[in-house]
Amino acid sequence: MSSFTLYNYVLSGNCYKVRLMAALLGVEYDTVAVDFYPGFEHRSEPMLALNPSGTLPILTADDMVLTETQAMLGWLAAKFDPTGRWYPADDPVVSGEVLQWLGVASRLTGSVGAARLHAMLDWPVDGEAVRKDALKELQGFELLLTDRVFAGQTWLVGDHPTIADIACFPYVALSPDAGLEHDGFPAIRNWLYAVRSLPGFVTMPGIHQLHELREGAHG
Amino acid sequence: MSREHALNDWYAVADVPGLTRGPRKARLLGCDLRVSGQVDDPVVTDEAGHRYPAQVRYDHIWTTLGDDPRALFEIPEGEQPGRRRVPCGVVRVKCSPLRAVENFLDIAHFPFVHTDILGAEPHTEVMAYKAEIREEEDEVWATNISFYQPQAAKSAGGGITTKYAYRVHAPTTAVLYKTCPPRPEEMDVIAIFVQPRSETECDVWPWMALYDDSSEFAELVQFQQEIFLQDRSILENQRPTRLPLDPKMEIPTRADLTSIAYRRWLKRRGAYYGAMTEDA
Repeated sequence: MSSFTLYNYVLSGNCYKVRLMAALLGVEYDTVAVDFYPGFEHRSEPMLALNPSGTLPILTADDMVLTETQAMLGWLAAKFDPTGRWYPADDPVVSGEVLQWLGVASRLTGSVGAARLHAMLDWPVDGEAVRKDALKELQGFELLLTDRVFAGQTWLVGDHPTIADIACFPYVALSPDAGLEHDGFPAIRNWLYAVRSLPGFVTMPGIHQLHELREGAHG
Repeated sequence: MSREHALNDWYAVADVPGLTRGPRKARLLGCDLRVSGQVDDPVVTDEAGHRYPAQVRYDHIWTTLGDDPRALFEIPEGEQPGRRRVPCGVVRVKCSPLRAVENFLDIAHFPFVHTDILGAEPHTEVMAYKAEIREEEDEVWATNISFYQPQAAKSAGGGITTKYAYRVHAPTTAVLYKTCPPRPEEMDVIAIFVQPRSETECDVWPWMALYDDSSEFAELVQFQQEIFLQDRSILENQRPTRLPLDPKMEIPTRADLTSIAYRRWLKRRGAYYGAMTEDA
């Protein structure tokens, strides 16, 4: 049985976050394709009735409607991960760290996400300004990740992946869509590789399978 | 010289749904244009106010900058009644317009780039097919192509062996005819109309004319967009950026027959905009 419905746009990094989290948790769900582009359906009357802020994704389950992507990750983990590892809410310090990263994820959406829409779909924003913001966010992210590497860690919080990693992953991974390559970001490259290696990982356009790992698994 | 040849082709510079929402700025062959007016009377002007010819075909607004334009091609199948015509919007790609077309013509990359949709390992072999330049029509054709596809179209229930034919009638547009899963006797029509902004950047307008009565419009658009955006990151990383037309600059394989014919055809007609050659 399907456990929730995702109003989805296939090229959206935020929609992908939810698809990825659900896939990693092994949760089945329904999707409704929303013609974000070129149809701007997310701003149509029926969609605005569901989500007055006119954004995607939208997640509905029973009588609940969620419109904030980071909240969807928290809900998915709280509901479908009995181990509590994906969203470790019991420890205030760990929980605080996870929530801190969710804020970083929102900034990545606002900068890299906007630069990507501009580069790809000619979105009406100041292209130079958002690209500059995006580069600054990526540089900051690289520094934070480098600290984690020095601490001997792979993931953003603790010693296993959490919703913090999934929240930050898509727009960091998709920055080359905006012409912001990963070549100068070794810590980011390693971390992206780690996320892509997770069992159950799914792709979206711009984020590829690790073919080399698959072959390794066969050999 | 390369731009001179390109001036006399027609290019999609806007789509009908977009024009109903308002004017569009479009760069074409390095020239900044404005597309405005109504769908039954589109107006294409440059910054100096010069007006260029415009026509509406295949749900797009077409224009040409040249004084002696070649005829806009015909896609008769695309206008058959009963087909759903799906303009998929525009995607900007930092690549040669010719590379965008060449990638559209390539089958061998399906299992690796469009994994579990248009191809899947281990079904990676491209069986022998025919590629030719048809002299009478002055077009490139590739026929007798068949390929195993896990999800050939939105309307496909599961994996099928799909038949393909490709047709190139202008350097920056290409049409694909492909098995229509709900109506095996018919072919779906999928095209890309490439609007060259410069020799190394283009706007790409995918367009489809399908027999599919069950999928939602948004699902059809997203199916195509997902595939095209999987190609985008590959296209932006191809080197050299401009398409090499001389055979010794890249080593082709048997699977590249269509590409070889396309490059040869470009070279002999002097379509060098977005290309590199030894003599130009």
